[in-house]
Amino acid sequence: MNVAAITRPRLSQVWSWLAEIPDPEIPVISLIDLGIIRDVAWRGDTLEVTVTPTYSGCPATGVINLEIERTLVEHGIEKLALKRQLSPAWTTAWISAEGREKLSTYGIAPPQEGTAACAGALMPLTVACPQCGSTKTERISQFGSTPCKAHYRCTECLEPFDYFKSI
Amino acid sequence: MGATPEAIAEFALRMGDNCLILGHRDSEWCGHSPALEEDIALANTALDHVGQAQLWLGLACEAEGKGKTADTLAFLRDASGYRNLLLVEQPNGDFGRTIMRQFLFDAWHLPMLKALVHSSDKRVAEIAEKASKEVAYHLDRSTDLVVRLGDGTRESQTRMQAALDFLWPYTGEMFLGDALDDELEAAGIAPAPASLRPAWDQHVNRTLAEATLKAPDKSYAQKGGKRGVHSEHLGFILAEMQFLQRAYPGAKW
Repeated sequence: MNVAAITRPRLSQVWSWLAEIPDPEIPVISLIDLGIIRDVAWRGDTLEVTVTPTYSGCPATGVINLEIERTLVEHGIEKLALKRQLSPAWTTAWISAEGREKLSTYGIAPPQEGTAACAGALMPLTVACPQCGSTKTERISQFGSTPCKAHYRCTECLEPFDYFKSI
Repeated sequence: MGATPEAIAEFALRMGDNCLILGHRDSEWCGHSPALEEDIALANTALDHVGQAQLWLGLACEAEGKGKTADTLAFLRDASGYRNLLLVEQPNGDFGRTIMRQFLFDAWHLPMLKALVHSSDKRVAEIAEKASKEVAYHLDRSTDLVVRLGDGTRESQTRMQAALDFLWPYTGEMFLGDALDDELEAAGIAPAPASLRPAWDQHVNRTLAEATLKAPDKSYAQKGGKRGVHSEHLGFILAEMQFLQRAYPGAKW
């Protein structure tokens, strides 16, 4: 009889624990919503969690790894290995439907897929205001409060807002 | 035929040092930009570059296999050990020069990374895949600003033309190959520097025309950065960037 099999929590259980960890910078969405947990697997008695960074320089990466470790240790995981995976590179297409909904409610316009930057041609983009829903908005800056967001302004309700850039 | 680990390490230094030094230069604007939005945008660009530097320098350490880390490479190397292009270490000057420097670099960086996505070295290809998505946004932004400032007021146009004239001699180095480049090209690791010129010319010429700016008629290239011969400016950057680790070796956050 395999003793390890009894003490090893099921992977679906591990995924649901990870789904409770908020993104440090946008705490309304979880790491699972964000699509950065690429794999969870048992290698013998070690739980291997594969994480991909959103942006190369994202300062949240370190905090995210700490949070994953803390959460899983709290749930009794003794041997844990965090694996960084660069390829395939993270894309906003991996943000879940639920995550997009939460972003919008929070006041961040969710990314529009297929509009990523391409070789110096600024794409005209209609982004609906997450506050009032108007499409009469304008881009203030392509880089907002973090590299992953652009800064917009609604010309109808006059509120500034962040747009999560497609990447 | 593969390239030697030393060649991969040296190449990773060249890529990483460009990112690190330009990232540091951009970060010097933090709190000083002409507008809050631009301040934030430059800080974010700096962040991307420093993150990319971490990946490249990490690869350099891995290839070299002597137990160094990206941090020791960044903080404990002297100027002659740095392999960045002279372009990225040039002083920020006014906002226009900073944007022009970014534009001239981005227009090279993006095609370079796009070519590296097909590198025969998987580690190089992975970093390039990641970084190219970020750099596409840098090029969008710097292109847009060069056009707006060039084709802007008389003041902004004059400043952008002066920036272009000042930086132009530093652009040629991006396309000059040496023995290491030959080795990397033969091994399918990286493209020949000269092969990136047509894409750069096309984008830069089109943008400058739209910006009502004129590229200088000179082709003389200042060079040396790729082999560790730098302008006087790099030492000052390192003095600031490395001060803490030099004064308090091993200090941690």
